[in-house]
Parts: sequence; C-alpha cells; structure tokens
Amino acid sequence: MPRIFLFGDNIDTDQMAPGQHMKGGIEALAAHCLEGVRSEFSSTVKRGDIVVGGKNFGVGSSREQAAEALKHLGVSCVIATSFAGIFYRNALNLGLPAMVASTLDGIEDGAEASIDQRAGTLITNGRTIALEPIPENIAPMLAAGGLVPFLKQRFQGAA
Amino acid sequence: MKQTLAQKLIARSTGAAAIVGEVVTANVDLAMIHDSGGPRRVEPLLQEWGVGLWDTSKVVLISDHFVPGDTEEGARILTLTRQWAREKSVTFHDGEGICHVVLPEKGHLTPGMFVVGGDSHSPTGGAFGCYMFGVGATEMAGVLATGEIWVKVPGTILIEWTGRLNPGVVAKDMMLQVCGEIGMDGGQYQAIEYAGEAVRALSMQERMTMSNMAAELGGQVGLIAPDETTAAFLANAGAPEADWSDLHTDEGADLLAHHKFNASTLPPQVAAPHSPANAMPATEASSDVDVAYIGACTGAKYEDLAAAAAILKGQKIAPGVSIAVAPSSAQDQQRATNEGIMKIFEDAGARILPNACGICAGYGTDRLGADVTCISSTARNFKGRMGDPTSQVWLASPYTVAASAIAGRITDPREFL
Ligand code: SF4
Repeated sequence: MPRIFLFGDNIDTDQMAPGQHMKGGIEALAAHCLEGVRSEFSSTVKRGDIVVGGKNFGVGSSREQAAEALKHLGVSCVIATSFAGIFYRNALNLGLPAMVASTLDGIEDGAEASIDQRAGTLITNGRTIALEPIPENIAPMLAAGGLVPFLKQRFQGAA
Repeated sequence: MKQTLAQKLIARSTGAAAIVGEVVTANVDLAMIHDSGGPRRVEPLLQEWGVGLWDTSKVVLISDHFVPGDTEEGARILTLTRQWAREKSVTFHDGEGICHVVLPEKGHLTPGMFVVGGDSHSPTGGAFGCYMFGVGATEMAGVLATGEIWVKVPGTILIEWTGRLNPGVVAKDMMLQVCGEIGMDGGQYQAIEYAGEAVRALSMQERMTMSNMAAELGGQVGLIAPDETTAAFLANAGAPEADWSDLHTDEGADLLAHHKFNASTLPPQVAAPHSPANAMPATEASSDVDVAYIGACTGAKYEDLAAAAAILKGQKIAPGVSIAVAPSSAQDQQRATNEGIMKIFEDAGARILPNACGICAGYGTDRLGADVTCISSTARNFKGRMGDPTSQVWLASPYTVAASAIAGRITDPREFL
C-alpha cells in the first residue's frame, strides 16, 4: 500500500532538484531530492508512494528536473492545495500526476493511502478526501507516462 | 458571463467557453521557434515520433541567439538551423533580428491568435492581443507535431496604470517598478493584463516592452487589449485584418488581483544586480558603470534607439566607458539609419553589434568580462547571464542607459533632456 509523505507550504524546485547537484544527472538529483526539508526522503520513499504538500508546491524555477526527480524515485502522485504553474505543467508533461486537494485535513504523514485519479479521491485512515480529478483531455498523456511516450504511441500506433 | 481577455482568447482556440482552472486543449494558430531551442532540439523528438510538422504554413523560424555565429558551436547551430528551414520549407527570418520583434514586424501576428513560442519572452505577443506564451523544446516538439497544446485557463492579474508618463520615462520604467512591487513570482503563471490610460497612450513598441517583461513577473502571458494603435501597427506590417472588437476584459469580470500604479509620478527606474525585482528610482542608485548596452528584444527597438540617441546627441561618453548597440531588427536599424540615429551612436563611439540577442543571451564572443559593471536596456540581470559571474548588470530604460554612459555612473536621464 502506498504511503504518504507530508510536506508544508512553498516546497520549491530547488528543494526537489538542488542546484549544486544539477550537473550530476537525474540519479544524483533524485538522491538529494527534498533532503533539505527531510534528509531521509530519497532513501525511504518507495515506488507508488504519494507526496503531499500545502500551497504553492513547486514554486521557483522552470527546471523540469524537479518533477523528474520525484518521478525517478517512484512517486506515483503529488497532491497539494495549490501548485506553481510551471511545475504543474512540467509534472503532467513528464507523466507525474499532480492533483489539487481543497484541504489536507485528515491526511497524515506515513499513513497508507490509495488514489483514484479518475474519480478524484484519496482514501486514507478510513476517510475519503476529494481531489480535483485529472482532466479528461490529459489523462491519456498521463497514462502513457508523459508527453513524449504519449506522442510516440499516438503516431506509431497510427502508422 | 463576464469574461477576461485571457478567457476569450482561449475560448477562440478551443471553440468552447473557457472556465478558469479548467485544463483545455488549444488549437495553435502559430508556432515560433529560434535557432537555440528550435531545430536542434525539436528534430530528434520529431524523428523519435516519426512525424513531420503539423502545418508548415503555421511555423515561423527565426535565427537570433547564435547570430552572427562567431563561435564554432554557434556557426554549427546556424548551419543546422538553415538546413532544417530548407528541408521543412517553413518561413525563416535569418539574421533579420530578434524573434519577438521580427514576428510582429513581419505581420505574422493578428489579434485573437493563439501562439506558442519556444522562448521565455514569448509573452511579447500579448501586446497584439494574442494569447502567446513560451514553452521548452519538448513541448514545442509536441506543438510542431500536433498543432495542439494543453493549457490551464488562468485567472487574470490586472495591472492598471493611471495618469500619463512624464518626458524621459518609458514602458521599461513602468515594468521595473511593477517587478519591484509585485516581485518575480507575482504573476503566479496566471494571465497578466495591462490596462489604464497610461497603457492606452503607449505606442506598440512600448507595449511590447510591457508584455515582454511579463516573463520577469512570472506570468504565463502579458496581454493588452487591442485598439486602433494595434490595428494601425499591424496594417503597416502587412498583417491580415482581424476583428478585435470583443477582445477586451468585460467590465466586472472576475479578477485574481488588481494592482494600481500611477504613471504621472513615476521617476526613471533601475534594477540592481541580480534581479529585475531590485528596482529603485535612478536617483537612489549609486554605481559607476563600465559598459552601457542598448540591446535585446526588450530595449533596442526603433523607439528605444531613438530615445537613447536623443540623450546622446552632441554629448561625449565618459572616459573609460564603452557603449554597444545591438538594434533589435534590421528593419528598425534601417529606419534609425535613415533618421540619423545610428550616426549619433557612431559619433558617440558605440560598437554596433548584429541584429541579434548579442550580449543579452551571452552565447557569442561578446560577453561581459570579470568585475565589469554594465547598465543595460535588456530584461534580465541574473548573475552571469551576460558574461562573467562577477559582472554586475543594472537594468534601465534606453534613456537611462544613455545618460549613465555620458556621466559614467547611474544617472537620471531627465538631467539631459
Ligand atoms: S534578446 Fe535577450 S531576452 Fe530577447 S530573446 Fe534574445 S536572449 Fe531572450
């Protein structure tokens, strides 16, 4: 069962993809992802886990590696009360679902949880928390793993 | 329902009502790419997908970042760019100027269009009532392959300027003040719209400066409702006629924020290194300058050149200061030549650089050296962008750049008017 990693407001792209590790490629970036706020994050997060943040998640630079690092670590979905615009764009284009929750009440760090992307629900601790569902027109892109694989399927499927 | 200009523009591109916060798929009317983020980056993806361009008549390619190709890498990139343009038979403006200036100048934009640009200053197109924004190379490849892009319908942050600017104060000063007030993330990747008496009174090139620097505010777009000024500029550029009568934000439409500024009391501004948000009146800044740069899409259009020349005419540059001018487009340079403006720069001892990004991009051999202090009409003064990481860049209007070159230190240009 996926677990929740709960963070606060204004988690910036530099926390996810620290500038001093940018040259080391995605492996190095992922290894240092969010270490400034939570040193054990990259070593404890498991495939399928869910990152939850407060408002303005992904604020900062336009670097795609912020979303890429989370995806590389196996994070299955990012939930926040609001996202910085470019991070939101980058995350979806890279195939990392980013979903808006109206409240984080009832979401607990370390708790097990499951998400229904289409319906827009997060179920944790026996509670159902409403999320804005993934928009219908970009769900296929997310399912394919992002823009690049999606277009590859679309064009090569049609060929 | 009362709608913002941003909503109306997006609705045009999807054929359905645009509701703020909804993610929609827009049909792209035009894609603009340049030599840096263009062919060399998008072609490998197009090949991976096994496709060509969705519509060659809707793609405009412009070389500017690596012009004049004075490094080995730059020359190689230009060769590749030219080859691609021939193979794909797209409209190609080669060495004619900086993309954001050339695009409207050549009549490619008309109000109401949905345009995607492969460059972060693409919001410049908003000055013409186009929904235009910048994307990275991967998304641009997607646009080139499909003619579509998804967009989250933004809220609108209205920036209203009342009053009238005083002589020697221009759009660049307005934008530096806005950057100082609301900060580089004040735009929240939403739609910024400029309005009010002072904006209405601006020429198109001045409006382009406003929209251009929506990028410095972190807005997705920087819109200005089209009017007679827009129509006259575009008719002159040979753009097809467009009906812009409904392209404005309805009275009473929901806004995310509404900031008010007064143009009548605005003094010339400068922004200290290393952020456009470090704005202050020029009179409060105290720094010597080594280099004065009139350049970029932001600050070397015909009117910018005319402003700088008005200050420099009959004056001498301070000893030890060097001045470089990179007119934004060949067309603007030609006009400036015809009117004796380029002669004023030459008489002042200016180095005239090609019609390209030049020092602003910092990709060529022209870069700022160690510990050099530069006053620049460009949009960004991030550390190391224009050269050595120890160089210091102050942002200012072309008037202020010229006045500071004469005085050898940052100076309010009104002393020379
Ligand atoms: S002149 Fe500067 S800001 Fe304008 S497109 Fe070129 S590099 Fe970008």
